[in-house]
Amino acid sequence: MHNNPPETGAFYPRDLDWHPPALTPNYKTSVLRSPQKAKISFDPSLGEITGPAFGHNMLGELDNDLVLNYAQPGESAIGERIIVHGRVQDERGRGVANTLVEFWQANAGGRYRHKKDTYLAPLDPNFGGCGRAITDADGYYQFRTIKPGPYPWPNGVNDWRPSHIHFSVFGTGFAQRLITQMYFEGDPHIPICPIVNTIRDQAAIGQLIAPLDMNNSIPMDSRAYKFDITLRGRRSTMFENRKEGN
Amino acid sequence: MQPLDFLKESPSQTAGPYVHIGCVPTFAGLEGVYPEDLGAKMITGDAKGERITLKGRVIDGSGTPLRDVMVEAWQADADGLFNSPAETRGTADPAFTGWGRQPGDGETGVYTFETVKPGRVPFPDGRLQAPHITLWIVARGINLGLMTRCYFEDETEANAEDPILARVEHKVRIPTLMAKREGDTYTFDIHLQGDNETIFFDV
Ligand SMILES: [Fe+3]
Repeated sequence: MHNNPPETGAFYPRDLDWHPPALTPNYKTSVLRSPQKAKISFDPSLGEITGPAFGHNMLGELDNDLVLNYAQPGESAIGERIIVHGRVQDERGRGVANTLVEFWQANAGGRYRHKKDTYLAPLDPNFGGCGRAITDADGYYQFRTIKPGPYPWPNGVNDWRPSHIHFSVFGTGFAQRLITQMYFEGDPHIPICPIVNTIRDQAAIGQLIAPLDMNNSIPMDSRAYKFDITLRGRRSTMFENRKEGN
Repeated sequence: MQPLDFLKESPSQTAGPYVHIGCVPTFAGLEGVYPEDLGAKMITGDAKGERITLKGRVIDGSGTPLRDVMVEAWQADADGLFNSPAETRGTADPAFTGWGRQPGDGETGVYTFETVKPGRVPFPDGRLQAPHITLWIVARGINLGLMTRCYFEDETEANAEDPILARVEHKVRIPTLMAKREGDTYTFDIHLQGDNETIFFDV
C-alpha cells in the first residue's frame, strides 16, 4: 500500500465538448430532460473536493464475479465468459487507489433483471447483473462476467444498443463522480447507436471501447477485455488560494 | 515544444433506465447480492445535529416527475466537517456518513433522504457558506450527471452571506435552490427545464 497524504487540490475544469451535451435530439429522452439555461461555474470548494470513501472490507467475496454472485450453488451464468480489467487513473495519469467501481449489465440475451425491462429475451436464473470492486493501491480493478447481449430499445423504430457494461466510479472527490458505459471492440452497433453518438468526438467514443486483451485471457476458460477509466485530475495544492495569514 | 501529456476524462454516458441494478440493487429486486443498498443510510449511529428529512421530485420539461431517477447527496456534518479522507480540518462525526443515494419512487418519483442539517463550511477565500447539501442527479436521458445545491429557505441570514448564491446573476432564480420547510421535512423539487429550471453547477 502507498501511504500518500490525501489529495486536496481542486479539480481541472471539465471539458464539456468532450462529454455529450445535455440536449441530443436523436436520443429522444434527452429532449425533455436537458437543462436549457447556462450552468453556473465555480472553482471547486470543500464540498466538491471531498467525497465519500469505501473500504475493501465492505466487499463480499463474489462482488466482482457476476458469473457466480447470483447463481445457485454449483451453477453459473450462461454466456461468453469474460474478464474485464483496467485501471482507474486521473488526467495526470496517476492511478486512483481504493476507489469504488460499480458495474451493471444485461444478460447474454440482452435482458436486464429489472421489473421495467420487458424485452422478450429470457432471464437467466443464474445471472443478476450487478457487481462492484475497489481499486488496488495502483488503481487497478477487475471482475468476471458474461458478455452482455445487444438489445432493442424504444427510441427509433429499430434502434439497438451495442453490447455494453454500465460503470459508476467515485474517485476521491465528489466532483469526480462519473457514470459511463463500456463497449466492446468491433461491435458493429457502436457507430449507429444514438446513445454512443451523443458524444461528438470520435476519439472520445474510442475512449469507451474496450479492446480484446488476449494476454490476460485465461486459456480454455475466459477471454479478457481491458477498460481503463480516466477521472478528472487535481491541481497541486502547493500554491492554493488561501486567505493571507491562514 | 514539449507535450503537456494530460489524459482526457472518460466521457460520460447516461445511467440509463436500469441504473438501480448497479447502484441500488435491492430496490431493483436483486436481493441477496449485497447486504443492503449502499448509501441507504446516512445516519449510522447517534449523529450530532438536527435530524431532517429531505425529499422531492425531479421534474422534466413537461412537468412530469422522473420515475427512474437516482439522486446522490453529499454534505458536511452538523459541525461543517466532511466524512472524507480529503477533509483535513478535523474528524467528522463518525455516526454520519455525509453521503446518501436514493432512487426516485417508482410511482411518484419522490426521493427521500433521512439526514442531519449540515453545518456551515468555509469557501476557499474564508467566507462561510450557508448550510447546503450537494445533489447529483442521474437518469435515462441525462447524458452527464447534473450537480446542484439544496439550500434551506429558513436560513435567511446565512443564505444572504453565501458566496455561491452571491455569484448568481439572475437573483430571480435563487428560489430554485431553496428547500421549503414543513416541520422536520424539507421539500426540494428539481426542475430540469422550464421557467423554474433549477440552477445547475459546473464545478
Ligand atoms: Fe444498458
